[in-house]
Amino acid sequence: MNTSIFTHSKLNLVLLLLALVAPFVLYPVFLMKVLCFALFACAFNLLLGFAGLLSFGHAVFLGTGGYVTGYLMINTGITPELGILAGTVAAGLIGALYGKLAVRREGIYFAMVTLALAQLAFFFYLQAPFTGGEDGLQGVPRGHLFGVIDLSDNLQMYFFVLAIFLFGFWLIQRTVHSPFGQVLKAIRENEPRAISLGYNVNDYKWVAFIISAALAGLAGSTKTLVFQLASLTDVHWHMSGEVVLMTLVGGMGTLFGPLVGAAAIVTIQNYLSGGELGNYIHIIMGAIFVICVLAFRNGIVGQFRKVLKQNF
Amino acid sequence: MKAMNKTLLAVAVAATTTLAGFAQAGPVSDDKVKIGVLADMGGVYADICGPGCVTAVEMAVEDFGGTVLGMPIEVVSADDQLKPDVGSAKVRQWVENEQVDAVGGLVSSAVVGAATKVLTDNKKIALISTAASNAFTTSACSPYNVHWTYNVAAMANGTVKPIVQSGKKKWFFITADYAFGHALEGVATEVIVENGGEVVGGVRAPLGTTDFSSYVLQAQASGADVVALANAGGDTVNALKTAAEFGLTQTADVAGLLVFTPNAQAMDPATAGGMTLTTGFYWDYDDATRAWSKRFKERHGAIPAMGHAGAYSMTMHYLKAIEAAGTDESDAVMAKMKEMKPDDFFARNATLRADGRMVHDMYYVQIKKADERRDADDIFKVIDVIPGDTAFAPMLPECNFVKS
Repeated sequence: MNTSIFTHSKLNLVLLLLALVAPFVLYPVFLMKVLCFALFACAFNLLLGFAGLLSFGHAVFLGTGGYVTGYLMINTGITPELGILAGTVAAGLIGALYGKLAVRREGIYFAMVTLALAQLAFFFYLQAPFTGGEDGLQGVPRGHLFGVIDLSDNLQMYFFVLAIFLFGFWLIQRTVHSPFGQVLKAIRENEPRAISLGYNVNDYKWVAFIISAALAGLAGSTKTLVFQLASLTDVHWHMSGEVVLMTLVGGMGTLFGPLVGAAAIVTIQNYLSGGELGNYIHIIMGAIFVICVLAFRNGIVGQFRKVLKQNF
Repeated sequence: MKAMNKTLLAVAVAATTTLAGFAQAGPVSDDKVKIGVLADMGGVYADICGPGCVTAVEMAVEDFGGTVLGMPIEVVSADDQLKPDVGSAKVRQWVENEQVDAVGGLVSSAVVGAATKVLTDNKKIALISTAASNAFTTSACSPYNVHWTYNVAAMANGTVKPIVQSGKKKWFFITADYAFGHALEGVATEVIVENGGEVVGGVRAPLGTTDFSSYVLQAQASGADVVALANAGGDTVNALKTAAEFGLTQTADVAGLLVFTPNAQAMDPATAGGMTLTTGFYWDYDDATRAWSKRFKERHGAIPAMGHAGAYSMTMHYLKAIEAAGTDESDAVMAKMKEMKPDDFFARNATLRADGRMVHDMYYVQIKKADERRDADDIFKVIDVIPGDTAFAPMLPECNFVKS
């Protein structure tokens, strides 16, 4: 990573400056959507890219965060930061439960267990009275941050979302570079060897799963506030697939990959949904996925890094 | 001193240009009237208000002359994919970032519920053509909602009452499991109970269900006289087809509580023939409806459903109201819309009530049997015209937004 001509701190600074200027140029709600999905993809990538665990049910954490935050904001009138905290904790708790069950299996079985559990949750949310079923939770108030800052203003909301994203991103970066993260990478590379070194592999995977689930919940909670809506889309298995797509397109196992992937996918969706090609959106997404897997498996960021390494 | 003068001059220039800017700002925001059409472009409701609703709104704009108060009228459209999050995000983008003044189309009640909240927050007008729930002018009423074509109350009053009164008292519901289905089942149940009938059971099927067999078997086991389909679009067609395959249509009446012409067209006349229902519009009613429908069919390729005609009619009324108000500012336009009487091939004996409900003549029709049809478009026989006041429920006092 240090061989890159950009050091991470310089790149971080440039991106941060861009993020601060962006809402004055682009539509803030669009940017907030990108940030929410970027955080979601980063959380997912912590599991897939650094622990080698492919979860096929991550939508359930995004959706749980959204529903819990939405329900509390509508019915109890708590401030948004507490609502988001509650959503994050709820997603983390479900993550703890699901993770405990799922990490006992590996590979395709792990993916299938997470998918099955997520489908269970989907039908629960479909039938549960507090989620509003197909209608979703509509008209979630954005409220006042700490009871003071009015978030119904898009710009103020944007900087709040940016702060949440930066916190989540920082946490993931810290986790990856910590001794804990090193062990995760060791497990990813060679699990039997990690076991032989005396690490309790399942516990490491479990903790990574919980962190990932909680951060996905954080993304879902924030998204619900941005769009003032929590709906079944967020818990549907399509969403679990979409986050895989974002991570792979951006670059699995790189810190910035999911961010780039989320930005690319959200932009494409946004661009296509208004145009003539709206009906072909899923076909185009599928084609992008296939091209990505066939032509550049390292994703956009991975490929970019490879080119830099070869030429400079 | 020189610097001072320069500063003063700069301030003066800035002030003048700002003032000039204000003076130039006309009565029409952003020098155009922009109408968004949010509809289902590829799902189970695409036939009843999808690309056809876009065509209808475009026809209205063209017939109006393409400009209002000297400013161009622009139409943009988007697919809501029947998802509340997709629809409301699009509407938010339109009104916050793309200068859209009003949003038409508006099909699935779940999407419309989310979209109207965004529109009301931004003080923009919702021109609801095809959504069925009565919530938009009752529990979720808003000064910026206009609900045009029909609603669940009109369907229940028009379709359910005559069947209960004819002596078929035991009812079973197959209901679409979201806002619209729940609302329709609710008002229909009220009508059944008021007229001495009873509801013996019901099941709720998700929107876009393809396999209705388990629901139909439950309906069959209930021993009901009438199985009511409280769903719409492709769901109704699929449910009725399954009901026929399982022989349910032999033992009980199947009542489609909300059937649009494209769906009636897709049903087998052998099973659907004779079914009675209520509609807000039928293309073959008289010369005026036929003339418009002919033009619509030339462009769209199929005869109009009621939501298409409604979308045209309400877009016309909206544009006329802008002209009469001399501005596209939402409050002034809404006031004019409610003040002026809608009157065209679609809106007969019509008023737009203070709660945003457009009350007009509804039609009680019967689906023709195969031997009664002269061609593929000849679907309904109009039995009765239901006056708007009988069809629609009275206005709630808390939704009276025009206080005198």
